Amino acid sequence: MKRSRLPALTTLLLLVFFYLPIAVLIVNSFNASRFGGAWEGFTLDWYARLFRERSVWLAVRNTALIAVGATLASVILGTLAAFALHRFDTRLQRAHYLLMYAPLVVPDLLMGISLLLFFVAAGFRLGLFTVFLAHTTFCISYVAMVVLARLQDFDESLLEAARDLGADAWTATRRVLLPLLAPGIAAGGLLAFTLSIDDFVITFFVSGPGSTTLPVRIYSMIKHSRHLPMINALSAILMIVTFGAAWASRRIGERNAA
Amino acid sequence: MTAPSFVWLTVFFALPTLLIFAIALKPADPLGGIGEGWTLDTLRTLSNPNYPAIVARTLRLSAATTALCLLLATPAGYHIARASARWRQILLLLMIVPFWTSFLIRVFAWKVLLHPEGPVKRLLLALGLASPDSLLLYNEGAVLLVMVYTYLPFAILPIYAAAEKFDFRLLEAARDLGARGFYAFIHVFLPGIRRALWTAVLMVFIPALGSYVIPDLLGGPTSEMIGNKIAQRAFADRNLPHASALSALLTLGVLAPMIWVLFLQRRRDRRPAAAEAAP
Repeated sequence: MKRSRLPALTTLLLLVFFYLPIAVLIVNSFNASRFGGAWEGFTLDWYARLFRERSVWLAVRNTALIAVGATLASVILGTLAAFALHRFDTRLQRAHYLLMYAPLVVPDLLMGISLLLFFVAAGFRLGLFTVFLAHTTFCISYVAMVVLARLQDFDESLLEAARDLGADAWTATRRVLLPLLAPGIAAGGLLAFTLSIDDFVITFFVSGPGSTTLPVRIYSMIKHSRHLPMINALSAILMIVTFGAAWASRRIGERNAA
Repeated sequence: MTAPSFVWLTVFFALPTLLIFAIALKPADPLGGIGEGWTLDTLRTLSNPNYPAIVARTLRLSAATTALCLLLATPAGYHIARASARWRQILLLLMIVPFWTSFLIRVFAWKVLLHPEGPVKRLLLALGLASPDSLLLYNEGAVLLVMVYTYLPFAILPIYAAAEKFDFRLLEAARDLGARGFYAFIHVFLPGIRRALWTAVLMVFIPALGSYVIPDLLGGPTSEMIGNKIAQRAFADRNLPHASALSALLTLGVLAPMIWVLFLQRRRDRRPAAAEAAP
């Protein structure tokens, strides 16, 4: 039986389509040419200039602060939520699940504008704190979903065994459930961390003076500056960081699943 | 255990979403805040003669993105699902990895690629496919291209997941019964993964409606979408109630296809059950 080559061809074409822009961007960050139309020689000049840019370092600091804060908060809230969703099947938990699931579907633009309206109406000053609140909000759902998936594979009889051996509920949770669940929680946390350092749209809406994060800084550089190659260099660095975190999150998640 | 996340999401997600509708009924205050009292004036601003064109463009671009994504993702999902176990893993990973990198940077990468002095333009010039003053950026074509690029994985993943579970012997059976390959693909494979196709439609169409960065960075004034208008009202004009009214419109636009697909799936789920019950 002869199979059509069309599906294979489409797949190959898609891979080229997916990787081409990223490859060009990384190559151009070492290209002496301003617009990257042609190769004009290897240079590290764009990276050197980037490191001298103070506003970029400030944005790095903000991004790291918010990512660490939002990761910690969302890991605690998301893990608790996953426990509750897993253990109980009540009407309250069904509402809880809906509340957990909805932020995954809502376009980030709507989440951004609704949080902006909320912060303005409630009289919050826009700044690092509002960005932290917003990031925690969208990270909770991702952490909860990752941990919930791991909980569903968890062998409940291990907890019963611990109880039979005399452990109280808290000890069994702390000494048996949490260590076994740790890789799932770590994977969720790394995912939250990547989402936080990458987010532009929501941050753009809820950030104020002095709370510029790296993506927001990159955006204004794209919009207003003529230093395109410097953005290439910055993008290449950020790409490697998020890529590393996403890869680690996947590896940890897989090892636990296996 | 429920309380912390439940309260957090109620305060920072559910309440703000409802606020979109409430603030659409408030007047603007000249300082850029939200005024006192209630008014229908804000909603009246939606009759702005520019809006129908922008809403139509948003729907058109989102529908075209969805159609192209499905058209590309279906053969790709099919191919990956039919590959050997080892290749399946490799191909799937290769498809996902580019999307681990920042969305903003991927959009920027296209801006570099399509730049008037960038590599694509030079290539097209060399091939004689473009004139020196033709513009690859700042038009609807560029926006559509990058929307497809951005949302394709959301179509590939559900289609692949369903194709992987699909029993490909059904296609062989159809061929043995005389169906040509393409006919079998359309009449046996596609109905078999119907649910995943609908999921893919939702996963692409809904975020596409809320696109903002792509038309903002790659489109021109003639390719604005509703997201651009919301951001303009919120930032350039500092008219939050007006931004709110537009967002309310977008929220309804996002909810409508979700409810529609859920309704369709529920009806379909009921029908085969009824058919099986019949002798």
